[in-house]
Amino acid sequence: MNGTDWRFKIAHREALIGIGLALFNFVWWFGFAYGMGSGPVEEYTYVFGLPAWFFYSCVVGFLLIAVLVIVIVKFFFVEVPFDEEEEEKR
Amino acid sequence: MNYSVLIPMIIFLILIFFIGYWSSRKLASSSNFVSDYFLGGRELGGFVLAMTMVATYGSASSFLGGPGTAYTMGFGWVLLAMSQVVTGYFVLMILGKKFAIMSRRYKAVTMIDFLKARYNNSKTVVLLSALSIIIFLFSAMAAQWIGGARLIESLTGLSYNSALFLFAVSVLIYVTIGGFRAVALTDAVQGAVMLAGTAILLVAVIITGGGIPNIVQDLFNENPNLVTPYGAEGDLTAAYVSSFWILVGVGVVGLPQIAVRAMSYKNSRSMHRALIIGTLVTGIIMLNMHLIGVFARPILPGIEVGDTVIPLIALETLPPWLAGIVLAAPMAAIMSTVDSLLLIVSSSIVRDVYLNYIKPEADLKTIKRISFGVTGALGAGVFLLALDPPDLLIFLNLFAFGGLEAAFIWPVVLGLYWKWGNKYGAIASMITGITTYIALHFYNQEYGNLLGVHTVTFPVMLSLLAFIAFSLLIDRKAYSYEA
Repeated sequence: MNGTDWRFKIAHREALIGIGLALFNFVWWFGFAYGMGSGPVEEYTYVFGLPAWFFYSCVVGFLLIAVLVIVIVKFFFVEVPFDEEEEEKR
Repeated sequence: MNYSVLIPMIIFLILIFFIGYWSSRKLASSSNFVSDYFLGGRELGGFVLAMTMVATYGSASSFLGGPGTAYTMGFGWVLLAMSQVVTGYFVLMILGKKFAIMSRRYKAVTMIDFLKARYNNSKTVVLLSALSIIIFLFSAMAAQWIGGARLIESLTGLSYNSALFLFAVSVLIYVTIGGFRAVALTDAVQGAVMLAGTAILLVAVIITGGGIPNIVQDLFNENPNLVTPYGAEGDLTAAYVSSFWILVGVGVVGLPQIAVRAMSYKNSRSMHRALIIGTLVTGIIMLNMHLIGVFARPILPGIEVGDTVIPLIALETLPPWLAGIVLAAPMAAIMSTVDSLLLIVSSSIVRDVYLNYIKPEADLKTIKRISFGVTGALGAGVFLLALDPPDLLIFLNLFAFGGLEAAFIWPVVLGLYWKWGNKYGAIASMITGITTYIALHFYNQEYGNLLGVHTVTFPVMLSLLAFIAFSLLIDRKAYSYEA
């Protein structure tokens, strides 16, 4: 076999997407939690009864990540065969 | 004894046995025993794969300890717990397809098989990893057994020893008989139980507390710090909470019991489904479970032992039969963690040490006998230790996850993606990870956390440096990933 296994290119790209998504997840989580939560507690606003920093950081943050994972997997991830035999059949 | 609580739990345990038995019949007709017993024949579908990862990871600590700490600390601890959502997609995306392809090419059944093949059959790498897995996971397992026994004890009123015996017998029967497939399938059932159980309990707690605004107001009145990200005493710093992203988030890639699951999927379709299901399920369970802990505070103030918050609040807010079903969730969490750990430790002994170095020519019958025997003996050993846990055990358990992460994350991840990585780097990385983790643990205990972050942070960085430095300095050679 010459050059890089074509499946590895896909695998490498998807691993990089994973790192990017984790970084985005962290920034969102950190930004809302400590951006909105570090003010005086008397001035907190509330969404559905939850403190706003928590609502945006953890509830919205989680839902957003879930949607992103679905979109990324459905539209950007490529199905590849894992077995060598399967590959040779192609 | 509270029969209306007990009966649903017993029905649940019987269901679990049934699955173990069913898998064992499939195992009997199997042509490749080792791969089937320890890996379920690499044919797990997306749903089972996602659930087995969630269930393995969601151990006693997140199901009893986590909500208990949230009860004491308030919303800050829920924030910390939500760093675990990242595991739902990160592990499968990072190890992902390349790990699946390489482990098939290497015919790897355990994480150590993978390391062995990647690092030129280095005996040091294999024995070092087998040793760390056996020591650390054995201790982690014993700690989980103690948790399981305590839960049964508090529900049934049985003595601790009888509760432990009941727990040990249930776990051993189906792990010994059914192997990985039984464990993965029961994990799937247990994951579903956890998901439904936590959702029901959260709703019940919110209703009993008079709605979320009411509960949050009560928390605010008691101590305004409970609704901030900084914990009840205001001592949860942003740096400390963020460092949990390594311990319970991205670092999980290095845990052998999680990595082995990334070898077991059938095809990339199941991997894709597992990514989606895993992320959703992890997030929902973590959010529900920890919110329950916080919301329980105004309803049942003054609980002293954190581990009892979930059982107590379930008995308080739900009719007994429903409490029984819901409390099957932490039970499920503990059992599924224990059974996977048991299997990982026994696979390290049988597959990585015995078959590699003691008796490579063993025939199928011998391997079968040894696999059942080692799994059974390990169970019995853990049982004896858990009867009267020695201090050393508790001490080792403290290191278990962080220590393993520091040891394995780079040999696995960089072994997969960095062609310059070699066995010297891997050995240096493992030794550096474990020793600095243990050393820093003592330092932090004595003087407070170094730079305010969790112990795992620096060992993970140092082991990265060690991996790179030794790989480049000694015997530098590019590794070929091609077949």
